[in-house]
Amino acid sequence: MSAFSAVKILHAHPSLAVRSSAAESSSNKPKPSFPSSPSSPFNSTNPSSSSSSLSSSPLRGNRRRPILAVSSDVVSKKQQQRPPLVATPAVTREESLELYEDMILGRTFEDMCAQMYYRGKMFGFVHLYNGQEAVSTGFIKLLSRADSVVSTYRDHVHALSKGVPARAVMAELFGKATGCCRGQGGSMHMFSAEHNLLGGFAFIGEGIPVATGAAFTSKYRYEVLKESNPNGLDVTLAFFGDGTCNNGQFFECLNMAQLWKLPIVFVVENNLWAIGMSHLRSTSDPEIWKKGPAFGMPGVHVDGMDVLKVREVAKEAIERARRGEGPTLVECETYRFRGHSLADPDELRKPDEKAHYATRDPITALKKYILEHNLASESELKTIEKKIDDEIEEAVEFADSSPHPPRSQLLENVFADPKGFGIGPDGKYRCEDPKFTQGTAQV
Amino acid sequence: MLGVARRKIACESIPAAILGQALQRIRPLGSILPRNYSNGAKEMMVREALNSALDEEMSADPKVFLMGEEVGEYQGAYKITKGLLEKYGPDRVLDTPITEAGFTGIGVGAAYHGLRPIVEFMTFNFSMQAIDHIINSAAKTNYMSAGQISVPIVFRGPNGAAAGVGAQHSQCYAAWYAHVPGLKVLSPYSAEDARGLLKAAIRDPDPVVFLENELLYGESFPVSAEVLDSSFCLPIGKAKIEREGKHVTITAFSKMVGYALKAAEILSKEGISAEVINLRSIRPLDRATINASVRKTNRLVTVEEGFPQHGVGAEICMSVVEESFEYLDAPVERISGADVPMPYAANLERLAVPQVEDIVRAAKRACYRSVPMAATA
Repeated sequence: MSAFSAVKILHAHPSLAVRSSAAESSSNKPKPSFPSSPSSPFNSTNPSSSSSSLSSSPLRGNRRRPILAVSSDVVSKKQQQRPPLVATPAVTREESLELYEDMILGRTFEDMCAQMYYRGKMFGFVHLYNGQEAVSTGFIKLLSRADSVVSTYRDHVHALSKGVPARAVMAELFGKATGCCRGQGGSMHMFSAEHNLLGGFAFIGEGIPVATGAAFTSKYRYEVLKESNPNGLDVTLAFFGDGTCNNGQFFECLNMAQLWKLPIVFVVENNLWAIGMSHLRSTSDPEIWKKGPAFGMPGVHVDGMDVLKVREVAKEAIERARRGEGPTLVECETYRFRGHSLADPDELRKPDEKAHYATRDPITALKKYILEHNLASESELKTIEKKIDDEIEEAVEFADSSPHPPRSQLLENVFADPKGFGIGPDGKYRCEDPKFTQGTAQV
Repeated sequence: MLGVARRKIACESIPAAILGQALQRIRPLGSILPRNYSNGAKEMMVREALNSALDEEMSADPKVFLMGEEVGEYQGAYKITKGLLEKYGPDRVLDTPITEAGFTGIGVGAAYHGLRPIVEFMTFNFSMQAIDHIINSAAKTNYMSAGQISVPIVFRGPNGAAAGVGAQHSQCYAAWYAHVPGLKVLSPYSAEDARGLLKAAIRDPDPVVFLENELLYGESFPVSAEVLDSSFCLPIGKAKIEREGKHVTITAFSKMVGYALKAAEILSKEGISAEVINLRSIRPLDRATINASVRKTNRLVTVEEGFPQHGVGAEICMSVVEESFEYLDAPVERISGADVPMPYAANLERLAVPQVEDIVRAAKRACYRSVPMAATA
């Protein structure tokens, strides 16, 4: 599949053809969005600051690659034409504050989860999202309520970004009846029909076909049921990690999504590690974005630590899907600051790698951007942080004071149709037994 | 006309590119010629029954759609979905690539959003590639989401042994799927069962595993006018007593019901009146009917085609022991397939699957024995 098919989908830019040399020298020009980050430990020859996959691919040196579509690079190209210090910011003030608040919410929530876990209030498997907030915020804040999100076990922040209240998520993690799934799902199984959050799946790769099915429904509603939607098709986002990209279901869905032109965006949160398995050790070709063009869809690589770049790419991919042009594969290079889960001692990752990514913290970077472009003052940002702190404290109190699920809840909701639950010894349907919801059925 | 149609179907399926198509050649002779009853009751093949049920449900509700391998242009690997592509178009009858895990997951995701997919597996053996989705993302979701997201999906296809298809194409999955809370598992026998249960399954808001049988597809059964009505539905979770009896209860599902009925005929000539129960629904199991019958006859023989250990018969036996122990006059007899992967050679295959004689022998054992291992004259 020619790489140019990927290029033509996004805006064709006249200087795109000379990017291979321009990108190298782009580090000499002042960066329009974020300050340059120091060179990645993986890429010794190119300072890997721009989001172009040519220069910031963490895995190769100067190897020549075909040109492919990276809209964020187009953005930086546009902005390089302006004088550096008065560069027009890529977002409005309101948008930037919304993004900041969402990322702070995600970070504070996850930090509180860690505290609660070590105090014994939370249990089982808890997988935290610290460091990856830019991906969740960058993508999900562009969605409307009717769009769907499907995630993995690392789903707390996806739920929060999609609009599930923090108190509902916290109560769910504590296993209380007021949780978003009444305590029946847990950390790895966040569902919210109201917010179109379709889970929370423990098996990697399991959410991808489900997301493809949700996208299928969107298209089916439009074409067969003839439901009209002035905004275009409802889009589904599937979030998953680098380890999932070796799984068979991933490829099956790339094929079918492109075959049927489904309105879905496959978002790879490549944090380079699958528990203790490094992405480079487990994958024959570690550049995941390449797997998109192999199936006929555009594959895009973006710096996942930079929320504005992620947002630009997300905008383009989501708009494509809405217009009915089909799926996109977006690889976000990101990093998780904590271990795989709270039970992971995280011994295999090198301290200097962690230190490098800590300097690229997306929240610090956005804060710097906002202050440099005078979108808000320091005190306004502090107010937001305080507000979020209070919200999280309130969520913990709410969860603490919520009741545990009643005994009768054990047998409820196995089926949507309670009659299917079975026939009791008296020949009547069990659900008609007056004591059914009090849990006197044999447990 | 029906006979011509059947012969045409047989000819179309001869190019044996698809697994299992070779089985079309093995047809019970009786099904080629329509049996006309003097009372004029209409006869329907199980295949037609399933096809008509799919057709009617698809036309009644535009949210119902079909997906599977060869369901469209090939008219269905076993011709169950014949004519549906022409009628409803490629948007509602989807030919999928050979990606069970992928397309089953897609069906589940579509069901999350309120569509009503019918996912066809060419045989349920292939469902093992997709079993993660059937169990983890379909069966458990209503529970995990505390009722927010229900999954109104039907997984259907042929189950169990066919003829000479070898070990990887012959397993019976009734016990596997019936083990899981959150699934409903149905297994029809006659055309009436097929129609009623499939319609009920499609209308049901929960995931249903619908286990058909390939060798039954070509068999005809008499159907009443009520069955042909477009709103005909059978209740899920209720068994049917196919034949009333006094001395021994025989439970069976799918093809084994036919065998059990033949065994009952043979037994009746020897003075043993057998009551044959067609389970219809494996999960939820109709324990009430089974126990009521055992309390009447005091003896039980369970018949199934699958492997014996942890099978459907084991569950039925336990249910009877729990609820009707004092009524049992003899140990429960369990007939099942042999505890080996299905062999290929025709004579070995015959030994690995229950036959009518096995059921007759077991029923006799249950009738003549009131203490274990004591032989009476």
